[in-house]
Amino acid sequence: MSREEQSGVETPAEGTGRVGAGGDGGPADGGAATGITGAGTGTDAAIAEGGGGTAGAETATATVEAPGTAPDGTKAPLLEVRNLVTKYAIHRGLVGTIRRKPQQWVSAVDGVSFTLDRGEMVALVGESGCGKTSTAQTMLRMVDAVSGSILVNGQDITTLEHKEMRPLRRQIQMIYQDPYESLDPRFRVGQTIEEPMLIHGVGKDDNERHEIIVRALLRAELTPPELYIDRYPHELSGGQRQRAAIAASLVLDPELLVADEPVSMLDVSVRAGILTLLDGLRRTGKMGIVMITHDLSTAAHFADRIAVMYLGRIVEQGPAKQVVRNPQHPYTKALLSVVPKRDPRDRTVPQILQGETPNPINVPPGCRFHPRCPVAEPRCRTIDPELHVVAAAEPEHEAACILV
Amino acid sequence: MSLLEVRDVHVWFDLPDGSQLHAVQGVSFDIDPGDRMGLVGESGCGKTTTILAVMGLLPANATLAGEVRFNGENILEGGEDTVRPHRWKDISMIFQGAMNALNPVKTVGTQIVEPMELHDVAEGNAAKRAAGELLELVGIPAKATDRYPHEFSGGMRQRAAIAMALACQPKVLLADEPTTALDVMVQAQILELLVGLAQDLGLALILVTHDLPVVAQVCERAAVMYAGEIVEKGPMEELFHAPRHPYTRLLFAATPDLYGDEQVMSIPGAPPRLDREIVGCPFQPRCDSSFDRCKVEAPMLRAVGVSHDAACHLNDRAGVATTAQELS
Repeated sequence: MSREEQSGVETPAEGTGRVGAGGDGGPADGGAATGITGAGTGTDAAIAEGGGGTAGAETATATVEAPGTAPDGTKAPLLEVRNLVTKYAIHRGLVGTIRRKPQQWVSAVDGVSFTLDRGEMVALVGESGCGKTSTAQTMLRMVDAVSGSILVNGQDITTLEHKEMRPLRRQIQMIYQDPYESLDPRFRVGQTIEEPMLIHGVGKDDNERHEIIVRALLRAELTPPELYIDRYPHELSGGQRQRAAIAASLVLDPELLVADEPVSMLDVSVRAGILTLLDGLRRTGKMGIVMITHDLSTAAHFADRIAVMYLGRIVEQGPAKQVVRNPQHPYTKALLSVVPKRDPRDRTVPQILQGETPNPINVPPGCRFHPRCPVAEPRCRTIDPELHVVAAAEPEHEAACILV
Repeated sequence: MSLLEVRDVHVWFDLPDGSQLHAVQGVSFDIDPGDRMGLVGESGCGKTTTILAVMGLLPANATLAGEVRFNGENILEGGEDTVRPHRWKDISMIFQGAMNALNPVKTVGTQIVEPMELHDVAEGNAAKRAAGELLELVGIPAKATDRYPHEFSGGMRQRAAIAMALACQPKVLLADEPTTALDVMVQAQILELLVGLAQDLGLALILVTHDLPVVAQVCERAAVMYAGEIVEKGPMEELFHAPRHPYTRLLFAATPDLYGDEQVMSIPGAPPRLDREIVGCPFQPRCDSSFDRCKVEAPMLRAVGVSHDAACHLNDRAGVATTAQELS
C-alpha cells in the first residue's frame, strides 16, 4: 500500500466542520471532498491487505445483493443502519512502514444497527470514543464503512459513488456541535443559507432563493428574517448562530437530520430553545433526526428512542423512558447513576466505574464491557453478547448482556 | 469571622475604546473550612472574574474595589504584595481547562514540586515525596510523578491539575468549571474527589460552573450570578424547591432532568451589556413576572430566609414570590 493511500485513510476522521454537509465538490468544500475520495480507495486497498479484512470481505457480498432487493422506498424506514463497521488505520509513521510494523486498526464503529422513521428522534449516547460521532460520519459518507449497510429510504448508500451520492446529500443534512466554528465568518447569514442551494441548484433565481431563505429563517425562528439575513456570524449570539446553521440545513428540505451535540457549546438558558426547535421539526412528520449527545438528560427529554453506545457497539436501546427508568445493561445503569440530577434531594450514590473507556484498538474479548463491569461473571470474558429483548412487557427494549 | 470573606467586590475592565465594562458589581460571600459553595450563572455573568479577583490574578486592564479577607486580613489591600503570600498557599485555584494547561515538556512531578519550592513548603526529595503523596490523594499512583502529561488520559490530567492546586496545602480551593470537558463517568470521579477533599481535609471549596445539576449534587449552598451581581444565594435545596428570584427558577426550568417530565423552557432574550448603565432590575427584560417597579428601581440583595438572600422586588409583595414548586 502506498503512502498516499494511507494518509487518505487517516484524514477524514475529523470531518469537515462546515455547515451544509451537502457541499461535496462545492466551492468551499473541495478539500473535504478529496479527503473522502482518498478515504475510499485507501480503506478498500487497506482492507484487502490488512488484518481486519475478514469481516469486511464477508459483508461485502451481502451489500452487493442489497440494491436488487431494496424495496421501493414507500414502506422502508427512513434510515436503517445494519451491522455497520467503520475502522481507522493507525498511523505507523515512516519507520513503522519501512519496518513493516503490522497495521493496527481502531474499530470506531463495530457492528451498529438501528432504524429511524420520519417524525422520530433517536439519540446516540455514550462517552467520548464510544463511536457515536463515527457512526454519524459514516452515515454521511464522510468516512467509508468497512462493512454493513446504511439504507436511506430503502436504498443502500454505503457503496454509492460520489456522483451518485450527491443528490442524496440533499436528503441528509448535519448540524455541528460548535456554531462558532461551523459558520464561515466571511459569509452573511443569507449567504450561508444560500450556499447549499447554489451547490444543489435549488431555486431558479435570486428572488426565489431569497424567498426560500426567508422561509428557512422563519422555520429556525430567527424572526424577523430581515434582521438576520445580512448579519455576519460575529454579530450573533451562540444560540442565534446555531439557528442560522439549522436554517442552512433546512433549505434543501432534508428528510434526515444528524445533529452532533447541537447544544453542548451553548449557554444553559438557550439550549432548551434549540432542542425544542429540533423537536418541532421532526414532529412535522417529514423529518427524522439522529441526535448525538453525551447528555443523557437531554436525550431522555427530547428523543423517542435512546441507543447507548460503548466501544463501538450499541449495548442497549429502546424507548427513551424505558431505557432511562428501567435500564438493563450494567453500563447503562452505571452511566445513569452518575448523571447529576437537578434536585439536591435526589442525590443518589453514584456507581462510579473505575478507569476510563479502554482504547478501541484493543477491544477486550468476550463482552467488551466486562473489565469494568461490576457484575461480570467468568463467562463474560468469552461470550460476546448480542442485543436481545429483555422483557416481554417492553418488546422494543433491547440490551446486549448475557445476565439480563 | 469566616475563613474567607469577600466583601462588595467590584471589577471594571477598561475597553480599547476608552469605555469601561462593569464585570463584577458588588459581590459578597463567606466560606468556612469544609464548606462547598457553588457559584453559578451563564457565560459572561462574572463568576470567573470574581474568583480571579479573589486570587489577585486579574489582567492589567482591570480595576478592582472591595475587600477579600482571609482569616480577617484584607489581602487585596496592598495589591500584589499582600496577595502573593496567600496565593496557592492559602487560596488555590483550578483553572478552566487546567488539564490542557500542563507543561508538556516537564514531568507531572516537577510541575507539582514547583509551587512547593516557590513557597518554601518543601524542597528537594521531601517535595518529590510530597508530590507522590498528592498524586495518591487524587487517585493516581505515586510513581506517576516521573511521567509526562501526554501519557495521562484526560481524567488523569485533571486529577494532576487538582494535585498541583493542592501542592501548598491551601485552605480554600476555587475550582473553575473543573469537569466541563470531561465525560460524565470521569466527571463523577472528579466530583467525588472534590467532595472528599472538602470532607477529609476541611478544604473550603468554591465550585464555579454553569451546570446547575453538578452544583446540586456537590454543594450545600450556592450563589446565582446574573449580569455581574449575585441575585440569589442560599441553601441548594431552597434554591431548587423554593427559589426567591425568577432567574434561579427559570435557570432550573431550562435544565433538562433525567426523570423530569415537565417541559424544558429556555429563557428568552440575552443578558444585558455591562458597558453601559443598567436602569432598574438587570433581569427585568427577560423576567416572566416583572412589574412596573422593576423597570425603574434596582432590587437590593436582602434576606428572605435563614442564610437565604435574594434581589427581587417580588419578595416585597407577600405571597407573590411563592413558586409552583414550593406549592407542590
